[in-house]
Amino acid sequence: MATAKFKVWRGDTDSSGFVDYETDVSEGMVVLDAVHQIQAEQANDLAVRWNCKAGKCGSCSAEVNGHPKLMCMTRLDDLPLDKPVTIEPMRAFPLVKDLVTDVSWNYQVKKKIKKFSPRPPDFEDGTWEMQQEDIDRVQEFRKCIECFLCQDVCHVLRDHHLHDNFVGPRHYVYTASLEMHPLDTEDRLGDLKETDGIGYCNITKCCTKVCPEHITITDNAIIPLKERVVDQFYDPLKKLFRIFKPKE
Amino acid sequence: MAQYETHEYDVLVIGAGGAGLRAAIEASSAGVSVGLVCKSLLGKAHTVMAEGGIAAALANVDERDGWKVHFADTMRGGQYLNNWRMAELHAKEAPERVRELEGWGALFDRTDDGRILQRNFGGHQFPRLAHVGDRTGLEMIRALQDHGIHQGVDVHMECTVVALTKDGDRVSGAFGYEREKGRFKMFPAKAIVLATGGIGRAYKITSNSWEYTGDGHALAYHAGAELIDMEFVQFHPTGMVWPPSVQGILVTEGVRGEGGILKNGEGRRFMFDDIPELYRLQTADNEEEGWRYTQGDREARRPPELLTRDHVARCIVREVQEGRGSPHGGVFLDIAWIREKLPNAAEHIRRKLPSMYHQFKELANIDITEEPMEVGPTTHYAMGGVRVDSDSQMTCVPGLFSAGECGAGLHGANRLGGNSLSDLLVFGKRAGEYAAQFAKENDSVLLDEDQVRSIADWALKPLENQAGGGGGNPYQVQYDLQEIMQKLVGIARSEEGISSALSEIVGLRQRSEGVAAIGNREYNSGWHTALDLYNLLTSAEAIALAALERKASIGAHSRDDYPDKEEPDTKKYNTVIRKGGDGEMLVSREEISEMRGDLQKIIEEIG
Ligand SMILES: Cc1cc2nc3c(=O)[nH]c(=O)nc-3n(C[C@H](O)[C@H](O)[C@H](O)COP(=O)(O)OP(=O)(O)OC[C@H]3O[C@@H](n4cnc5c(N)ncnc54)[C@H](O)[C@@H]3O)c2cc1C
Ligand code: SF4
Ligand code: SF4
Ligand code: FES
Repeated sequence: MATAKFKVWRGDTDSSGFVDYETDVSEGMVVLDAVHQIQAEQANDLAVRWNCKAGKCGSCSAEVNGHPKLMCMTRLDDLPLDKPVTIEPMRAFPLVKDLVTDVSWNYQVKKKIKKFSPRPPDFEDGTWEMQQEDIDRVQEFRKCIECFLCQDVCHVLRDHHLHDNFVGPRHYVYTASLEMHPLDTEDRLGDLKETDGIGYCNITKCCTKVCPEHITITDNAIIPLKERVVDQFYDPLKKLFRIFKPKE
Repeated sequence: MAQYETHEYDVLVIGAGGAGLRAAIEASSAGVSVGLVCKSLLGKAHTVMAEGGIAAALANVDERDGWKVHFADTMRGGQYLNNWRMAELHAKEAPERVRELEGWGALFDRTDDGRILQRNFGGHQFPRLAHVGDRTGLEMIRALQDHGIHQGVDVHMECTVVALTKDGDRVSGAFGYEREKGRFKMFPAKAIVLATGGIGRAYKITSNSWEYTGDGHALAYHAGAELIDMEFVQFHPTGMVWPPSVQGILVTEGVRGEGGILKNGEGRRFMFDDIPELYRLQTADNEEEGWRYTQGDREARRPPELLTRDHVARCIVREVQEGRGSPHGGVFLDIAWIREKLPNAAEHIRRKLPSMYHQFKELANIDITEEPMEVGPTTHYAMGGVRVDSDSQMTCVPGLFSAGECGAGLHGANRLGGNSLSDLLVFGKRAGEYAAQFAKENDSVLLDEDQVRSIADWALKPLENQAGGGGGNPYQVQYDLQEIMQKLVGIARSEEGISSALSEIVGLRQRSEGVAAIGNREYNSGWHTALDLYNLLTSAEAIALAALERKASIGAHSRDDYPDKEEPDTKKYNTVIRKGGDGEMLVSREEISEMRGDLQKIIEEIG
């Protein structure tokens, strides 16, 4: 059976670095399989997150050969195996151990975004009438599996560490899913501008490129949100207009 | 003495899947303090993986549907071994629970008149499953999670409960470790809801994740609660079979709901060969009628591919065993064929089944709009589990509740697709409501330090085994158990096989006590796996023991040595597992109570 070489990031906050492993590879194997095999056979205490092994839960995010990926959806036969495959934790978040990072910041940020507040139901049974075409756009955002790979590549977080002033692409997608929800009545534009830091995004589109759910983060979520912020705060005519116009 | 933090709540919910989240939301809205513990990050529980949909008789697509039909379908699917009161509550309350999700932000696919769209699924007479493409579970868990985080629930993520404590008869708390640093946490609580999911990791081929080690089952059992019907393990007919590394990953029943057909290695559509008597009148007898059914023709009957999962899985095994399988030991599931029927078939498939398209494209290099998939049975769901009161979800241990997959009763001998997500909502809510009520009506519990100390000592043993220099690899013990269960207590069972599995389990238990965890307490997967073995072995033993007890082939339980559905002169019964005075596992039978007259009448009328 063929084997392949891996450099896996090991260690905790005290000290960490690459450790070399070699393991068997078989047809169709993904990076997560190799990590599991190494864990079971050579490094029982290797820390890694996973759940579904099918790209549905967003647990197994890591940087494979330097690219942010879901390990369970990255096939070894798509990687050059003539040199070692490097597997590292996401770099935009503090290391916990090995491939596991502390992503709790994302959960704190989300909690601060104003929750969904629907208009009163249309029907007596407590439901609403919504057409498929009215929700297509929001359904795209709701595909998000919270893998945080987009947060990992965004330079505002990764390089400039503006975690206190910028909520990151994942949470713009979340905000967009609420703002564009046909039933929602809340207004989050003030927060987007002031506390959520949407102005820091300079539309590099790196987030869109890595999203495993193929959500068009920049074009469909961030840019429309930026436009709404501009309309509301910088265009006096439109601002006036908005006051008299019911929310879309 | 090992150190631990203490977090006290009125109600502690263990598990943050659909059932646990719904229970926590309900308990907290009743005004009690609520803690929520889960092994993974929030939003990553199994519920996120559910694909096909939530069953609820909303009657948006076919107005002939209603709770009575849903009730009758659920009972028929479960071979009438279900707890009929739970089946009644479930059918009646599911629509309300689904509508409620919409008010929390969920966006289900729509009908032309702007209501929640419903799709066909195996064993459901009418289109009944509310869905979002094939990512319904994601929509459901996100709606619950995003609503739940604003309800004042205290969440402890990546924290695993390893034992419950008792105060006399009452449950008094839960003890666990957090993954990050391996620190211990003690959660004293007046009421505890177990919502830990299933047991799939006891088998080699499974659609379940590492989390499914039967923790809730084992916690309840050791605390004195009963487990019922553990022999009923659902093998989903369609898991991926190739390449080897993806073996077991689920292929949603939605593929068949959208018109997908099963063919053997010779290219023959074999599901028409064997249609069970109980379903003959409801099943199409020709391919054309089956197709019309999937396209919403209300006069047509369902194609045999949409018979219940136990039956479809057995037919697939038969084809493979008789040498008519696909190259990698499965059969073919073909959705691409609908090109013959629909002009824009490829686009239609990608829109209706986006994650299946993606999954096969990325993991198997197969374009499902062009080629058939190779599929075979995979361990999927535990119908059996913790025995609860049908209305309150409380076990026989005061203060201990259970809901979701780790609870039991609703599904009988076989669960219908879509009936789990609705189960989570209906009984998750009930468990939360009654747990809160219990907490309000009862005094605080007294914590027994000795109990806590002995749990902590036990939990540290694998790390000490390493220091002692001996001990085996915990992963190896887990693999060996999985091999044994797959081979001997899988789809086809016999007394000989099950008995030898039981004696193997004894040996594995001895090995599990000596396994060593290398490294320290920080996020140490080896240590976690070592501790999981305790629950996994308890659950496996319960499954095997119950499987030995039921000498018949009914629903998901098939005995080669007892092919008949009923045992002579035996009324319908549940198998019941409880812990004996000397710590040994006991199995017994309990007759199922007679169904209420009005429900009986529904069954007679609807069939
Ligand atoms: C791939 C797949 C597809 C499916 N599709 C459908 C479908 O379309 N329709 C349908 O109705 N059903 C479907 N099912 C079944 C359904 O998804 C599950 O039965 C259901 O989600 C279980 O929910 P739950 O809330 O009981 O448990 P889960 O969602 O599994 O949650 C269990 C929770 O308990 C926690 N936990 C477990 N043990 C411990 C412990 N010791 N300490 C602390 N926390 C613990 C876990 O971390 C997790 O948070 C599917 C299942 C799978 C695997
Ligand atoms: S487009 Fe904006 S949010 Fe996305 S990576 Fe670039 S700066 Fe970050
Ligand atoms: S938007 Fe995409 S990349 Fe970002 S967290 Fe969601 S799924 Fe991941
Ligand atoms: S394990 Fe779920 S996305 Fe990789």
